[in-house]
Amino acid sequence: MPRELINANPVVHGKKERRFRDESLNTDEYAEEPIDQQEIFDHVRDIKDPEHPYSLEELNVVSEDSIEVDDKLNHVRVTFTPTVEHCSMATIIGLCLRVKLMRSLPSRYKIDIRLAPGSHATEAAVNKQLNDKERVAAALENPNLAEVVAECLAPTFV
Amino acid sequence: MSDIDMVDGNLALKEIQKLEGHTDRVWSLAWNPTAGAGGLPPMLASCSGDKTARIWQQGPSGSWDCAAVLEDTHNRTVRSCAWSPCGKLLATGSFDATTAIWQKSGGDFECIATLEGHENEVKGVAWNPSGSLLATCSRDKSVWIWEMQPGNEFECVAVLQGHTQDVKLVQWHPHLDVLVSVSYDNSIKVWIEDGDLDDWSCVQTLGESSSGHSSTVWALSFNPAGDRMVTCSDDLTMKIWDTSSNPSQFSGDGIGSWFHLCTLSGYHDRTVFSVNWSRDGIIATGAADDSICLFHETKDYLVDGGSYKLILKKNKAHDMDVNSVQWNPKEPEILASASDDGSIKLWRLTQVP
Repeated sequence: MPRELINANPVVHGKKERRFRDESLNTDEYAEEPIDQQEIFDHVRDIKDPEHPYSLEELNVVSEDSIEVDDKLNHVRVTFTPTVEHCSMATIIGLCLRVKLMRSLPSRYKIDIRLAPGSHATEAAVNKQLNDKERVAAALENPNLAEVVAECLAPTFV
Repeated sequence: MSDIDMVDGNLALKEIQKLEGHTDRVWSLAWNPTAGAGGLPPMLASCSGDKTARIWQQGPSGSWDCAAVLEDTHNRTVRSCAWSPCGKLLATGSFDATTAIWQKSGGDFECIATLEGHENEVKGVAWNPSGSLLATCSRDKSVWIWEMQPGNEFECVAVLQGHTQDVKLVQWHPHLDVLVSVSYDNSIKVWIEDGDLDDWSCVQTLGESSSGHSSTVWALSFNPAGDRMVTCSDDLTMKIWDTSSNPSQFSGDGIGSWFHLCTLSGYHDRTVFSVNWSRDGIIATGAADDSICLFHETKDYLVDGGSYKLILKKNKAHDMDVNSVQWNPKEPEILASASDDGSIKLWRLTQVP
């Protein structure tokens, strides 16, 4: 029996074209390239939604503009917007974003994940949980939760 | 008082040794309170996301080595560790919802008891001053008190309910059987035993309305006299509390209870995970901004009840978050720190000429 969906009919948006860096502008090939907004977006755009066969980009949960990065201060902040205000998947989506960035970025980065202001009924509670590293660590040791996260991050979904 | 001249201020935290061996983040540290005297080499316990605890010992050359790995007992993260006051038993609390009691037998450490009862992750463990009671706290919002019985038996004598969210850490007063717990619900709770009923109850809650914290409280530490307490939080502040009155003599109308003295803010940019008050009166803090700060009470009493000033900030003390800072109880100028980078560092506080 199919389980009831939190958001049965999400609005699906198009994927943004992948931009490639113009290497010809780069005169010094040994120059250090700072990590930028676009690079972070590329890491998270293809994460699969926990209940739909669409990516977070297609559901407009994340966009390039929702990513703030300060390479010098080693700080990244991702602000995401769940498809519905009462989305019980918000914590899972946030967890997926955190895990993907933890695995993709150098360990010197401090990562903050938060809901877009006003986008969720229990915004403060979800934000607090997503940024408590002890609870995140405990959640990832939970086999069921780890499996859901692994599915959302599966590389076959592009 | 301290043999370090605070007025001069030319202090440095010199790295003595980096201890490597854990294969995941190191969550917590505990100095053995009796080792380091009477011919016993100094001893430090650490615990980690790699599901083990390790015992580190200083050799004759002065260098520190791993003397034992406590494994195959916990099957998830070991979040906290604490030595009994006699230094013979080590308690480890784990995300697997159990607390293990370890005893040295020969060169090895043997698990002599496993305490079960919490519904989920155990986050903190602490022994009372006499070593007869062990407190544990958990994500299940409760604090349990266990009494040590003959034959390595531990009996749960109280389950303390009151926090509305997970309890991050428990710590006993240095001289009294007064237990303090700090929580994700932003509050600090003070618990005592009701003499007549053999029952434990919360006698005070220090919350935001009592000038307390506005986010998760991660840790606490008493000064050696027990008349001051410091707490640290996700709200990026540390708070000093006057704890000079005995909670068993609190009156019903709140008179004689513990109260807020001052707030230290603007020193850390990210969550403050650990705080520890040294025998010399120096408060160390470790935070998610990778730094360690040291504070000392100022002698110029411009503020009622005293004020505390930063005497040193060590930026980039570790490559990642600093989860625990603990002063050596025997050599109060030695500090140990543990980090998400998997390492433990030993530091010496020295005066720079």
